[in-house]
Amino acid sequence: MSGSLEAVRPAGPLQGLRTWWTMLKICLEERLVYRGDFALGTLMRFLPIVTQVFLWTAVFGATSRGDIAGYTRNDIVAYYLLTMLTRAFSSMPGLAGGIARSVRDGSVKKFLIQPVDYVSFLLAARVAHKLVYYAVAAIPFALVFFLCRSYFPPVPDATTIAAFLLSLALSFLLGFFMEVTLGMLGFWFMEVSSIVFGYMLVQYLLSGHMFPIDLLKGTPTGIAGVSLADVVHWLPFEYTAYFSSAVWLGKVKGAQLVSSLAIEAGWVVVMAVACRVAWWRGTRRYSAFGG
Amino acid sequence: MHNTDPAAAAPVAEPIIRVEGLAKEYRVFDKPEGLAASVRALFHRTSRVVQAVKGVDLTVGRGEFVALLGPNGAGKTTLLKLLSGIITPTRGTATVLGHVPWERADDFRRRFALVMGQRNQLWWDLPAAESFRLHQEIYRIDPARFEKTRDELVDLLGVRKLILQPVRELSLGERMKLELVAALLHEPEVLFLDEPTIGLDVVAQHTIHEFLRDVQRRRWMTVVLTTHYMKDVAALCERVVVITRGDILYDGSLAEIVDRFTTHKIVTLDFDEAPDRSVIARFGFPCEFRGPQVVLRIDRSRIADVLPGILGSAGVRDVSVEDVPLEEIVAELFRSDARAAAVAEASR
Repeated sequence: MSGSLEAVRPAGPLQGLRTWWTMLKICLEERLVYRGDFALGTLMRFLPIVTQVFLWTAVFGATSRGDIAGYTRNDIVAYYLLTMLTRAFSSMPGLAGGIARSVRDGSVKKFLIQPVDYVSFLLAARVAHKLVYYAVAAIPFALVFFLCRSYFPPVPDATTIAAFLLSLALSFLLGFFMEVTLGMLGFWFMEVSSIVFGYMLVQYLLSGHMFPIDLLKGTPTGIAGVSLADVVHWLPFEYTAYFSSAVWLGKVKGAQLVSSLAIEAGWVVVMAVACRVAWWRGTRRYSAFGG
Repeated sequence: MHNTDPAAAAPVAEPIIRVEGLAKEYRVFDKPEGLAASVRALFHRTSRVVQAVKGVDLTVGRGEFVALLGPNGAGKTTLLKLLSGIITPTRGTATVLGHVPWERADDFRRRFALVMGQRNQLWWDLPAAESFRLHQEIYRIDPARFEKTRDELVDLLGVRKLILQPVRELSLGERMKLELVAALLHEPEVLFLDEPTIGLDVVAQHTIHEFLRDVQRRRWMTVVLTTHYMKDVAALCERVVVITRGDILYDGSLAEIVDRFTTHKIVTLDFDEAPDRSVIARFGFPCEFRGPQVVLRIDRSRIADVLPGILGSAGVRDVSVEDVPLEEIVAELFRSDARAAAVAEASR
């Protein structure tokens, strides 16, 4: 039918972007159906911080030192609050599990049949998810940060703020691509929840979610002159929590800031490629064995 | 202007789907019963190879409406999955619209659609209109053309007022109609339907039949459908492919299947009052008495000879002569194939 050929719009350079924009809008509408879930969830997420603050107050109470690994008590509180903010960008609740489920229940087939890219679609869905989350979470976040303003050092200069924002954007992409790659393992394993659990555990320890990575500076690795913090610095995890907070608090500066941003960007590229490869190999396997 | 060339009067349809020696094998792992056996299976799993499709040859021309029939597990859905590129074959080749389906080229994917009766493509929490809009983008449908096609399709199915309602609030039949609209928006040249009327009421089935027939003719679309409902087949398909155990058992016209696989016709006689059974039994055909009605199964070759005699019996008010229902023919076809398989198995 020649008619259907006329009906196809030519693929301009903007076509991909247009498609993505439509996906984003539709994902936004879908997310808004569930906006109620977020409101309560956001406030609840601040609760663990209270325990952390108590813990560190006790730690500082037991020592005569004014700082631990360069962090004063105020710094520590500010650090945890900033980490919350970074994780609001980098954490991807349900992403890996959702991908694995779509493989298990077969709904991933849609992306084999239709001329649409699964990873782009997931990205649109996640951006929508985050945007709706920020819209709902902005007020509780602002409230908590305002109440805790005395813990924070003075607002840093414009360059630091720019680096901070860039690191947040990259942490979103890094978290996204890491979880997508993890979810794609669903093509090989029926259930990825234990793998995701293991990942979360490593993530919790090495991302700086549990404590500032600076605390690992004194931990030897067995290689002369190399601390555990040096190793973690080259891994992707700390860029999903520790790094942005450290930037805002002025712990990472100058050349080190630039090289750290470069490492973060490098990991984004690596994981973006990894998730593509996993998709490509996974769908090949899926086609060969299941369907 | 008259064209006297007989070949031009009945042009050979351009082949759209070509399948040669297509086979798909799966390795399935046996899941033993019981806890102890399950623990053993952690270390040693037994597997076997299931041949879902074994060396199928098939050619479908443009504009054909083909039914794939077969018992559960015969390989119908596997064949559709192969043709739509979801799975890769173990052996053999296939092209659809000149593309190898499992290469999944975008150019191919823009030209066909697959609708599975038991699977949703529409966004569950959003009105169908939103899913349609997404399809417009991913299939790159010209906006004016999109609106025209969409309006045409929703009007044909009478679902215009449903497209603004969240899909989860709709009934199964309504959802299926909207699934069909979504699948046809990009005017696919080839449509694969996997049990599109499963679980639907008679009215919805009928609406969908009319709709599919209408759209298929208008667009000269090639359609391959799997179904368990003979009503679907009778309403839509001229060509029937019967698949059992991964093999094509029959490929031909619907009329021929009746011709080839039935030996008798169903003759229904209405009497003024319940007839004397011995009189009817005298004719020597299997018969069934339903009060004043008698149903006879008469050999097709003898029908012309014996019918006058039967009609001569006292008190016959009305008569009808019908083919054996399609359901029965197909069921018998499946049964005899299963028996043949059992015999072959036993003789090995």
